[in-house]
This record gives sequence, structure tokens and C-alpha cells, in this order.
Amino acid sequence: MHTIPARALFSEPLLRTPFHERARALSQLDSFIPWNGYTTVDVFSTVEQEYFAIRNASTLYDLTPMAKYRIAGADALRFLNRLVTRDVSKLKPNRVAYAVWCNDSGHLIDDGTVFRFGESDFRLCAQERQLDWLLDSAIGFDVEIADVTELSAALAIQGPTSCAVLKSLGLAGVERLKPFDIGHFALEGAPITISRTGFTGDLGYEVWMHPQDAESIWDRLMLAGRSRGVRPLGSRALNMARIEAGFILPNVEFVSAERTLRTGRDRSPLELGLDWLVDFNKGHFTGRRSLLAQRAAGVPRRLVGLDIVGNKPAHNALVYAARSGRRQIGAVTSATWSPTCKRNIALALLDAPHVEPGLEVWVEIYLNSELVWERRMCAARIVERPFYAPERRRATPPADF
Amino acid sequence: MSARVNYDCIVIGAGHNGLVCAAYLARSGRSVLVLEAAAEVGGAAVTREFAPGFRVSAGAHLLQGMPRALIEELALDTHGFKFAAEDLPSAALAPGGAPLTLSVAGIRAVAAADAEGFEALSARLQRFARALAPMLSSAPPRLGTRARSEQLSLLRLGWHIRRLGRRDMRELLRIAGMCVYDLLQENLTSPLLQGALGFDAVLGTNLGPRSPGSVFTLLYRLSTSANAGRFSPAQPQGGLGALSGALARAARAAGASIRTDAPVRRIRIDSDRAAGVILESGEMLSAKLVVSSADPKTTFLGLLGSEHLDAGFVRRVSHLRTTGLAAKLHLALDREPQFNGLERSALGGRLLLAPSLDYLERAFNHSKYGEYSAQPSMEITIPSINDAQLAPAGAHVLSAIVQYVPYALTGGWEHGRQRLLDLVVDRIEACAPGLRRSITAAELLTPPDIERQFRIHGGHWHHTELALDQFFMVRPVPGAAQYASPVEGLYLCGAGCHPGGGVMGTAGRNAARAILARAA
Repeated sequence: MHTIPARALFSEPLLRTPFHERARALSQLDSFIPWNGYTTVDVFSTVEQEYFAIRNASTLYDLTPMAKYRIAGADALRFLNRLVTRDVSKLKPNRVAYAVWCNDSGHLIDDGTVFRFGESDFRLCAQERQLDWLLDSAIGFDVEIADVTELSAALAIQGPTSCAVLKSLGLAGVERLKPFDIGHFALEGAPITISRTGFTGDLGYEVWMHPQDAESIWDRLMLAGRSRGVRPLGSRALNMARIEAGFILPNVEFVSAERTLRTGRDRSPLELGLDWLVDFNKGHFTGRRSLLAQRAAGVPRRLVGLDIVGNKPAHNALVYAARSGRRQIGAVTSATWSPTCKRNIALALLDAPHVEPGLEVWVEIYLNSELVWERRMCAARIVERPFYAPERRRATPPADF
Repeated sequence: MSARVNYDCIVIGAGHNGLVCAAYLARSGRSVLVLEAAAEVGGAAVTREFAPGFRVSAGAHLLQGMPRALIEELALDTHGFKFAAEDLPSAALAPGGAPLTLSVAGIRAVAAADAEGFEALSARLQRFARALAPMLSSAPPRLGTRARSEQLSLLRLGWHIRRLGRRDMRELLRIAGMCVYDLLQENLTSPLLQGALGFDAVLGTNLGPRSPGSVFTLLYRLSTSANAGRFSPAQPQGGLGALSGALARAARAAGASIRTDAPVRRIRIDSDRAAGVILESGEMLSAKLVVSSADPKTTFLGLLGSEHLDAGFVRRVSHLRTTGLAAKLHLALDREPQFNGLERSALGGRLLLAPSLDYLERAFNHSKYGEYSAQPSMEITIPSINDAQLAPAGAHVLSAIVQYVPYALTGGWEHGRQRLLDLVVDRIEACAPGLRRSITAAELLTPPDIERQFRIHGGHWHHTELALDQFFMVRPVPGAAQYASPVEGLYLCGAGCHPGGGVMGTAGRNAARAILARAA
């Protein structure tokens, strides 16, 4: 692990990813935001252009700031199975699994993906830094944990033409990767790993490489993608796609249980509708006994999808049982107008009795039109997630372009 | 896998807490099996021959905190238990000066100016101790529940403190977080007296007299005495091992079985419940409940394993402060030792070598850096004065707790042991001329020796350090502070639990009550 000189950290608090120079050159708005200690692009050109590139062409998204940990050693599998709520022993080598992990009280610390490269060789990608929790979780296990965040650069290429772009680089067999598969390739001598994973709910891949190869691989993807509509993607447009896909985001849908200050503000996977990720039959994992107790006592609230009347995104909106607005039953966590679905969608955490699909609730939206604020009480219906799930996200091989 | 024998409860470890717990469980009609790794029962309360004809209490060497009620409930006298001496006096040794007997009369003779102050301070501290003592003899309340019994238990503690009256309550709250150095400076002037009283505050802890929290440990010690109904220590006939023998007979009489030479390898888990144990021999035993008197680290990290526990809980257990800072010295003497200026009647009591608070603090300083002081502090006893069977006729044994001996000695114990032994003997010799020539055998147990011989992780006689952050509702750690553990069917009953170690048996008795209350 390399250390950063104190002086540099002081004058330049945010790190730059290996793609930074490329991103800066293509950034039309100079709109950068901090993410996990790195400076990253929020919007390159316009949110709409970038969003439509996800759904109609391809996008390149720099996900280097994702915290990455190599987990190896004789007990690596036992360690991971005690860490996350799902059964990692069912994960075969060269496969990826989405996973969440909890603290002792069964509340979410973070979500991420587990990559299995071999019998005892894993990588955990997390939204936020997790080394302290991983090391605490390693007490009593024969396992080596290394923070490899800075040893690996990563680009997500997402969109209907993404497979075609990769194929045109000569990555033979990439089209045979099924969702959550991992493949190992070489690009003019540079070793790269490609996983069919992503955060858009669309066809897409994530390309993992050495930092020194980052710029040349970016250049090659941009060049190969020119005829296939590839664009660089910022976080804002990605967020619209992830809401359409119904994915949750830390600090948006939940605050990491290790960082909540007020009691009752942490969230369990059961509350966030991640029951399918919790395997109570695989043996013990951190939070299991608390989650069993919560399941028995009844889950106090649930994350639901909302389809809201009108076209104004319900950002930060409170949700009520009736139009009168007298009884609040929850709040919206994420909201967007979905250009593809042509629907006004949102994710919301609602109190347990009000989470049945089809139920009508009321959303209080505040609108600012030229500095004049108005309040709209809009009817909304609880709907199934994801809001958008194109068949092409699963098709193997994907369509050619 | 099918286990051979079925019990209601398996108790791991036949130390005094394990035996007490087993006895109470068996008395309530449970079938109980106690498994002891060593060849004899007793844990750190054993009497051992360390030289031909010389026997000594190898771990604890005095009895103070065991409640009279417990001794009566288990009818230990009918099982052969008796005292060789009770109400043992304490004397403060002064190298090159006259010793001081810790009594109002003794202080009047040597440090007259402190006589009144001592009387008032002792009386006040004993009032505090009596107010705090009731909290020792039941399971600590659990915070964050709305159960009435838990809230009542907290209220009761508050009431006991409130009942002290306005002045005393204010004084208790003022001093509770202080260091004993400041408390004694406020109240007394004689360095010898201050040193001796300060010694009791830090004995068996990782504190110096100037460490915050050293008044708490003094109040703790006094509270255990108040709870026991005994403010002066006593010496069992035949050493502490005889007490363990009596406890074992009481447990057997109540129906418990005890197996020695039966070290446990693992606690068995079935469907997320403790289901029994696997012995080192490979033998499997099954039980409805497993009660461990082993220390929390050994129990959770060793016998159970982190994979059955949540990560935060394991972190808390692994961060417990569990290293002991006391060594044990055993000397075989061919004649009765003579201490300068000490009457023979005081020879059977505690002899404290801590001539001033500064001496004590300096002795402590070295231990922070993996060293021992050239001037260590000691609690010396000569048990053969009160119990002639411990040594051949005319000969004697000396048993001392040597305070501030680091677990991890810089340079290692292989070379450090003999040097420390020489140094300790020299220090005693300074108060007892001629002692060295009378030694026919010597043994020094360092904290790592204590860890190995008594199977206590870290070699701490309280299993985990007694301090405000490891006490009462958070002892040993939140999530296991009411004798139950996060794993259904697994309980703790050892010194690592409330209210701690020393030979009290209170943890074992409280645990048995908590287990029976749950099962009822």
C-alpha cells in the first residue's frame, strides 16, 4: 500500500483516479464531486445526453473510487460467509455476487459485490472504506485482507452497445460472459479482468485493470466506441439509471450503521427489501440473531417503489397515508423522472402497514419555479421494483451493433 | 455424530466459581457435570506441594470476599471446611524502620496524627462499601430494555446510594472517579499508612495509586468485603485448595459429577445453540446448557470460536484488558522468619511492602514499559504460622503476591525470572534479615506462568481487569453481562463476569441464579 505525503493531502485533499486527465479533457462543465476520497465527474456534458447514452448506446464510468479489498487465505470463504448475509459458498469461482453486511444488531453497514477468483481468493468491492470492519471481522480467522483500492483501476461500460464495443477490441469470448460472470483477457499485453456487472440495470460490464494501463485502455474504448455512441458518464445520470433499476445507495437509502448517531436511524436488510440476500440457513453470520428477532417481531418499515402522478420528481418528499397530510407514513429516499418509463418514480421507506403493492399513498412535493415555491400533494401508487428491466441485460450473447 | 451422555448442564472448569455454580445448579435438581482440565479441582484456588513437605496456596492465598451466606448455604463446614485463622491483621513493613499495624491502636502508636483521620476514613469507606455491596450479589441490570425487573434493580442501587444521606452521597460521587493517591493525601499524612492503604486499592490491578479509577478499585475491594461480611482476610485450614475440596464435595453431595483431567477442546453448537462439548480426547458430551467458568477470551475466542459470534461482539471480547500484573512467590524456609520490629502475633497476618504512595507509583511505572521495578511491592503471608501442616515441623512457607510484574517482560522471562526472584528476596531480606539463608526452595510464578498453570488468558486473577469500563453492566462485555451469552444455552460463571475474581464464588452463585431464573 503506498502512502500519500502529508503535504499533498493538505493542499490537495482529493485523490485523482488514473482516468482523471482523460475525464478532465472531456468535461465540458468542470463539474466534479468528491466520492470516497477521489474527485470524480458529476456531469460531463448534460445529464440527459449521458442518461440516454446508457439506455441507447454505451457509457464509460470511472468506478476506481470503489473501495476494493483482496481477501485470501485458508479461511477466506468462512470469513466472507460470516461477514455477509448471503451464502458465499454457493458462489462459484469467476462469479460475482451482490451482497450486504450488517453489524451485530442486524443493521446495514454497506453493500457491495463479492468477486470469487479461486477457491480461497476473493475481492470485495464496497461503496465505502471498510478495512476496520473487515479486520474486526477477521479476528479468529486465517485470512489475509489487503486494501487494493489504489492498485486497481476500473471502468464500467454500460449500455446496449457495450458488448459490441468490447468485442471490437478483440476480446474474444466476452460475449459469452453471462450476468455476474468474470472473464480474464489481455489487451495488447495489458491483463484485464471483465465482469458482467453494473449499476444501471442494463447490459453492461466492468473492466478492471492496472492503473498504469488505465489511460490507454480508456483511449481504446473511446475509439472503438465512436461508431457505437459511447460517451463518458457522470454520477448524476448514473443515479437516474440506478433508480430505474431499483438499486439502493448508501447514505441515500440508508446510513451505515457504524455511523448513525441517533438511535433508530440505522436500517436492516429486511427493511430495505433485501430479504432475498439474507440466508438464515447457511450458519452464523454477523447480525443473524438480531435479524431473526426482527423478523419475528415484524419489520417496522419497508423500502418500496412509488409511481407518482405528474412529472415533478419527488425529491426529499414526505409520504402520507391520505391527502389530508395528517399522518406521515414515511419519506422518499430517491426520486427521478424516468425518461425511459415515462413515469415519475421514487424509492421510499414507508411504515410497515403501508407497504402493500397497489396501495395509494400521497406524496408532498415542493416545487420551485423561478423562486416561487409551491406545494403539491400528489397521489402515488406502490409498485414493484425494478421500474425498468430490459431483457437485454440478461441476454447471452448480447445483440451485436 | 451422537454424543454419549446427556446432562442438563455441563460446567467447564472446576475453579471455585465453576464448583459453586455447579453446586447451586445441582441443588436445584439439574444433572450437572463439571469438567476440569487439571488433575485436581480448584483452578487458581489450589494447595500444592512446591518443595518436599512444603505446601502452599499456589494461586490465591487468602480468603476475604466469599460471602458467609454462601459458605452456610453450601454447608461447607459439613464438607470439611474450616478456617485456620480469621480476622488476620495487616501490617505495613518499612525497610529500615518500624512496621505499622493497620489498626487504630497500631496507628496511634506509630503515626498518632493519623489515628483520627484513619478511623474516620475507614468508617466512611466502609459505609460506602455497605451501600454498594448489594449490587455484587445479583446479575447486573440490562440497559435498553423496558423490563420492570431491570429498572427496579437500577432503582435499588440508586436507593442504596441515596440512603447514605446527602453528605455521604456527595462524597461518594466526588471520590468515585478519583485516584487513591489524592484521596489518601487529603485524609492522611503518614507515608507508611498511605502506602499500605493505597496498596489495597491497586492490588491485582493494572493501576498505580495515581491512576484514575484507583478509588473505584478500593471501593470495590471493600464492597466485596462488606458483601462477604468480613473486612479482614481469613486463611482456610489446608490452604485454598481445602476450600476447593470442600466446594467439590458440596457439589457432589448435591448430585453433580466432577471429572478431572478432562480438558475441553470445543463447545459444540447445534442449530445455533450450545449443545455440549468436545474434549481434547475427542470424546463428545451433550448437555442442554453449557456454563463456562473459563475467562471470556478463552470461552468465546478459544472454546466457542468467532464464527459463532457477531463481529462487534468478538471485537469487544478481544479488546478486553486481560493481562495480569502480579506474580506469585513461594519460599520454603527452614526456620521461622524474623521481621524487624514485628511482633510474632502479626506474623500470621498480611505483611504489606509499600512504604509510601510514591514507592508504589514508582514500582508501577516500570511495568508500563515491560520492566519490573528494582523495588517491587508485595503482600507477604506466612501461612504456616496459622497452619502447621503446610510445612515440616519448625519450618515455614512464605507466600507473597509481587505487584507490578509485567506479562510481557522486555527481553523475555527466560532470563528475567531468576533476577526478579533474587531482587524480591533482597527486598524482603531488607525487612527480615537472615531470610535468604533460611530459604531451602523458591518458586516464582510470573503472569505467563499463571496463565499456563491456571489456564487464564493473560494470567489476570480477575480474568479481565477490574475497571469502570469493564464492570457491572458491561462486564465482561455488553451482550454477555448477565451471565448469558449471545449463543443460546451458553453461560458464563467465572471471574470475568460480574462481580469479578478473588476467591468469592459470587459470580458462580449469581450465574446459577440467572440460569435458573431463565429456565424457570
